[in-house]
Amino acid sequence: MSNVLEVKGLCVSYGGIQAVKDISFVVPKGEVVTLIGANGAGKSSTLRSIVGLVKPTLGSVLLNGKEIAGKTPESIVSQGITLVPEGRRVFADLTVLENLKVGAYLRKDSLDEDIRWCYDLFPRLKERSWQLAGTLSGGEQQMLAIARALMSRPDVIMMDEPSLGLAPIVVRGVFDIIREINRQGKTILLVEQNANMALNAAHHGYVMETGRITLSGTGKELSENDSVKAAYLGKARK
Amino acid sequence: MTKKKETIINVALIAGLLVILYIMEQLMNPTDMIFTVLKKGAIYALVAVSMNLLNGFTGLFSLGQAGFMLLGAYTYGILTIPTEQRESVYQYFDGGIVQFAVPVAIGILAAGVVAAIFAYLIGLPVLRLKSDYLAIATLGFAEIIRAVFQWDKLGPLTNGSNLLRSYPTFKSVLFPFIVSGICIAVIVMLINSTYGRAFKAIRDDEIAAEAMGINLAHHKRIAFTVSSFFAGISGALLAMYQTTIQASMFKSAMTYEILLIVVIGGIGSVTGSCISSFLFITCSEWILRFLDNDTYIGDFHVPLLRSGFRKVVFSIIIMIIVLFFRQGIMGTKEFSVAGIRNFFVRKSNKEKGRKLQ
Repeated sequence: MSNVLEVKGLCVSYGGIQAVKDISFVVPKGEVVTLIGANGAGKSSTLRSIVGLVKPTLGSVLLNGKEIAGKTPESIVSQGITLVPEGRRVFADLTVLENLKVGAYLRKDSLDEDIRWCYDLFPRLKERSWQLAGTLSGGEQQMLAIARALMSRPDVIMMDEPSLGLAPIVVRGVFDIIREINRQGKTILLVEQNANMALNAAHHGYVMETGRITLSGTGKELSENDSVKAAYLGKARK
Repeated sequence: MTKKKETIINVALIAGLLVILYIMEQLMNPTDMIFTVLKKGAIYALVAVSMNLLNGFTGLFSLGQAGFMLLGAYTYGILTIPTEQRESVYQYFDGGIVQFAVPVAIGILAAGVVAAIFAYLIGLPVLRLKSDYLAIATLGFAEIIRAVFQWDKLGPLTNGSNLLRSYPTFKSVLFPFIVSGICIAVIVMLINSTYGRAFKAIRDDEIAAEAMGINLAHHKRIAFTVSSFFAGISGALLAMYQTTIQASMFKSAMTYEILLIVVIGGIGSVTGSCISSFLFITCSEWILRFLDNDTYIGDFHVPLLRSGFRKVVFSIIIMIIVLFFRQGIMGTKEFSVAGIRNFFVRKSNKEKGRKLQ
């Protein structure tokens, strides 16, 4: 199995403070990989540096074998990776349809087919096609943020805390969608604090603590690991 | 309503408007106040829409509009004064250094291009700034430009602090309407293009826009340069309307007037800016003029009314709008035939619904 995304020795710092310290991981094609960890562990910084929103200080990021570390978001996104940013960040004063079109900004070909595909995945968005994104509920905004990212036809879609601030039943809906997108062949890199849900959905998981990867394994292995249980799943050590 | 049908109706409306203006001009006294309002209104509509492109659609709070208008006005004036008039215009500077004159159309285009070039160069450092800081920097630029153009050493080019005059102007009210109309149409097309969508995305959320692969610096520069291009053209039109150019005209107060128009019309609405431009000019040039004059009713001297009181009233209007009508006239909506139709259809549907109950 080939790795669509390979991160080697990635370091990110913000003005002297090192948020990500020399981490390496791989995302195999067609899998869901999750990074879990507490607040400030460096998960979001990792995603932001992969997509180019912040420049990594050291390290390499290979997407389909091509180096993308240090490039602009424009060229990184056009090579087939997108980020669903933390906190949804939909364009509040644009309609749902316009949001989707902005998601496909770098594409020059026809969007009709992809819009139809997104609306099939998220029937709720179709009903609200002409509504301003800011008027959608939190869950619908999260769906829109995911759909918007899908519009660029990425090989890898990275999601930063898609469950943030959503009701438990809506969170379940979001994870159903993640599985569905994965089933349709997309590779997903998922950052979550909701470790339970994330490990359930993921083939592979990495645990991050203060900028380092401290544990890795399959989703099942990690969810059965005692220290993960104690730290993230809220279950006491036996 | 189909898009094609709507376009036809819009074109017909614009043609109708021009015909009405033409007839008015034939029948009425050309010095009538209404023509002043229409001419100046059309010019201000253009600069207001160009400011709206930046402030309303791209979310860049810039206050440099007067500076770019000044650049446009001076470029037009300097390039189009007929060669035989230059000796008398540049009487203190031996006829100036520019010894040729270009046709009006090229002069207007050059006005836009010069303003756009300056905007591009200033945009390189300034567009790194955000919100208030950008406003301060652009305002500073406009003030500096104004001072520089009055500088004696530049006299051979700008005529120093003396007037530029004798360049070709327009008489017909149709001229500013047609030029502004074409320019506004171009801006609307830009807003409705993929670029426009990217501008709005940047306005709503810079980080998300960047994550979608939108190059922030590039798009901000495009918006800033295009906006300034049209501000330059409106500067040229204003110069033609005023028949003389002096740098001291283009004070920051002018930018605030334009900002007021944009806010009244609705930040993010092109038609709103146009409507409020005519409204504003009508008030400031015509209806509210009496506020500036000493008035006696019989022997009673009406208090407060004196020169400058108009400005006080305007300031109060701004405060009221900002406090209670932040959406302005149109909000972010656009005035359209389909919109009016829908408004009435919905209204009558509602009434029907009420009758049925």
